[in-house]
Amino acid sequence: MSNAAPARRRSLRERIGFRERIRDRDTAVYGILILLALMFPLVSYNITEGTAWISHATRAGYWVLLAIGLNVVVGFAGLLDLGYAAFFAIGAYTYALLASPQLASSPANHAVHISFWILIFVSLMMAALFGAILGFPTLRLRGDYLAIVTLGFGEIVPQLFYNFDQWTGGINAVGLIDQPLLPAWVQGPWSGDPEFKIVSPFNFNTDPVAYYVLVCFLVAIAVVLVTNLYNSRLGRAWMAIREDEVAAAAMGINTVTTKLLAFGIGASFSGFAGAYYAADVALVSPDNFLFIVSITVLVMVVLGGMGNVSGVIIGALVMYYLIFILIPGLPEIVTGFASNVGLGSLNQSTGDWPGLGEETQRLNFIIYGGILVAVMLLRPQGLLPSRVREQELKHAAVQEEEAAIEMSHA
Amino acid sequence: MSLPDYGFYILCGTAVILLAAQAVTHPTQFFQVFIFGLTQGAIYALVALGYTMVYGIIELINFAHGDVFTLGAYIGTTLLGFFAITEGTFTAINLIALIIVFPVVMLIMGGINITIERVAYRPLRNAPRLAPLITAIGMSFFLEGVMFLWRGPATVHFPDILPTQSWYVAGVFFGVRDIFVVVVGAVLVSLLAVFINQTKLGKAMRATAQDRDAAQLMGIDINRTIAATFFIGALLAGAGGIIWGLYYNTIYYQLGFRSGLIAFTAAVFGGIGNIPGAAIGGLVIGLTAAFSDSYIGSKWTQVVIFGILIGVLVFRPTGLLGMRVPEK
Repeated sequence: MSNAAPARRRSLRERIGFRERIRDRDTAVYGILILLALMFPLVSYNITEGTAWISHATRAGYWVLLAIGLNVVVGFAGLLDLGYAAFFAIGAYTYALLASPQLASSPANHAVHISFWILIFVSLMMAALFGAILGFPTLRLRGDYLAIVTLGFGEIVPQLFYNFDQWTGGINAVGLIDQPLLPAWVQGPWSGDPEFKIVSPFNFNTDPVAYYVLVCFLVAIAVVLVTNLYNSRLGRAWMAIREDEVAAAAMGINTVTTKLLAFGIGASFSGFAGAYYAADVALVSPDNFLFIVSITVLVMVVLGGMGNVSGVIIGALVMYYLIFILIPGLPEIVTGFASNVGLGSLNQSTGDWPGLGEETQRLNFIIYGGILVAVMLLRPQGLLPSRVREQELKHAAVQEEEAAIEMSHA
Repeated sequence: MSLPDYGFYILCGTAVILLAAQAVTHPTQFFQVFIFGLTQGAIYALVALGYTMVYGIIELINFAHGDVFTLGAYIGTTLLGFFAITEGTFTAINLIALIIVFPVVMLIMGGINITIERVAYRPLRNAPRLAPLITAIGMSFFLEGVMFLWRGPATVHFPDILPTQSWYVAGVFFGVRDIFVVVVGAVLVSLLAVFINQTKLGKAMRATAQDRDAAQLMGIDINRTIAATFFIGALLAGAGGIIWGLYYNTIYYQLGFRSGLIAFTAAVFGGIGNIPGAAIGGLVIGLTAAFSDSYIGSKWTQVVIFGILIGVLVFRPTGLLGMRVPEK
């Protein structure tokens, strides 16, 4: 017994130290993210003399929102959702139809223009509602079947938006979507004005930085909400279900309700992101919500580290950079590199050789697929995996070992 | 039988009655569509078998399988280009070319699929469950990229070398190619059934699917058995690819994506992991697609098929022929 007591005390201290380190890492990641988010508009404006970077950042923002939402479903509750884009589409179309001239040319014959600030919550509710409708009959099924049902749902929803073209414009998309309005806003050098001034009333399409600020706020709200959920009773119930559903049910957790909540809350984030997306791009077409979108969000969550909110944000940003900036820009980089090292002749197209730039562009699919495989082989747990989860697993092993030691001493 | 089962039977029964009404009122159209659906279904069945076998043994939705099917068609059209085939008529050289190309493509696809399994899935067998799913998606993009790089983004012509004889029987038009597709599909599925049920390796596959650990304790080489599953799945997918090409004469590098999802639906419909179920599911989904195309409108076909998928899982999650299995 004299040996076991110090061992237990050390493990306790280790555990406390570990909790601190968890907090430290998240604090560090969030600190860096907040700092970068604050500096980004000025820096990008000064470097690029334009708004290309800012609009990239706003677009990356809705991917981050989507990834945070899907993380609730996949990372917290362990439910595989392969049709997440469907809820995104429902959110986007809710906003697009209720804040554009579209319904004037539909059988309703009357255009609706409701404020963005109201519709963002309506979109959220709509997506959550559809999440509940889909989830209710299917969540009692085995986990894999849920993935298949959501896959089917994700295929059906964009097709329905195509087919009901009287209402949604079908393949012609919904355009001329209203921009958010604010009673007042500050403008300054970043939007091309020589000095600070207050604009009132303010329309978002006059200043790309406004969308950036909006999405930063939305992401911040989402992170706070999700982190609180994770630390709540519900969050612990999700974790319990994720680790062992039968044991969780035996402990008195209503697994169907708990899973339904995860599914609905995850869907609601998607609806939220959808409304923002529709306002930002001002054009919503069924093509924007195909299976590839669901897959991209899933890859962001898994790559970032399932269950860890800060990891998922990093994963979303990394994947956004990879898919939308690095890979499309690769031909230019490669041709520039070739001419710098004296292989400029490779850039010309001769005979069967289409030129290095063109060839690189044709390799896009292979590069993307190769990156997915390589990253998963190297880090199957993601870039920043959930430490609590790791710790839970490790801790269980340590406890077993300690118990074995005590048994052998007794 | 529980309540959801009744829902399932009522839905199926309604569909059958509606179709029977069509068969009586417009028999010519009905049987024409039926033949078309049967050929489509035979191809979906071949692809669905690969999904169901892989899912049955390692519980992975192998997203790359549809692209293996398409790659089979691409390799098939290239290999056929080496023969002095005559398009539009049927010559002895065409027959020889087919007899050689079929097994060669099937073997090549088997080899490729084993390599995919070795590189992308085997190292992740004990990793978190989503990791192999993501690598499967990655492999799917990779294969699509290979086909894109090889033959470009446009559709690719597949030589039309089957006999062109066709007949009108009571106003219903059908050709040798329809018979060919259905017969080849039926022969391959029967061979697979014999293999799974009669051979030692087939028995090992069934044992591994049931309980991997126990199978390993019984001395079954798990890695070899899983590789064999991928090999056989790819044999069928490669054959399916060539049949698709011979029947439609047009292939496309993203063909495998949509047809893969539909074949997967067929596998689920028949009861995922169940081999006769996948074959029947393929036929049912092919027929459903054909009937939906002609009676409802082709833009609703996708909604109908995936609606069926959701309906089956809600009312009868084990599929048409599946057994109730407890969650592992």
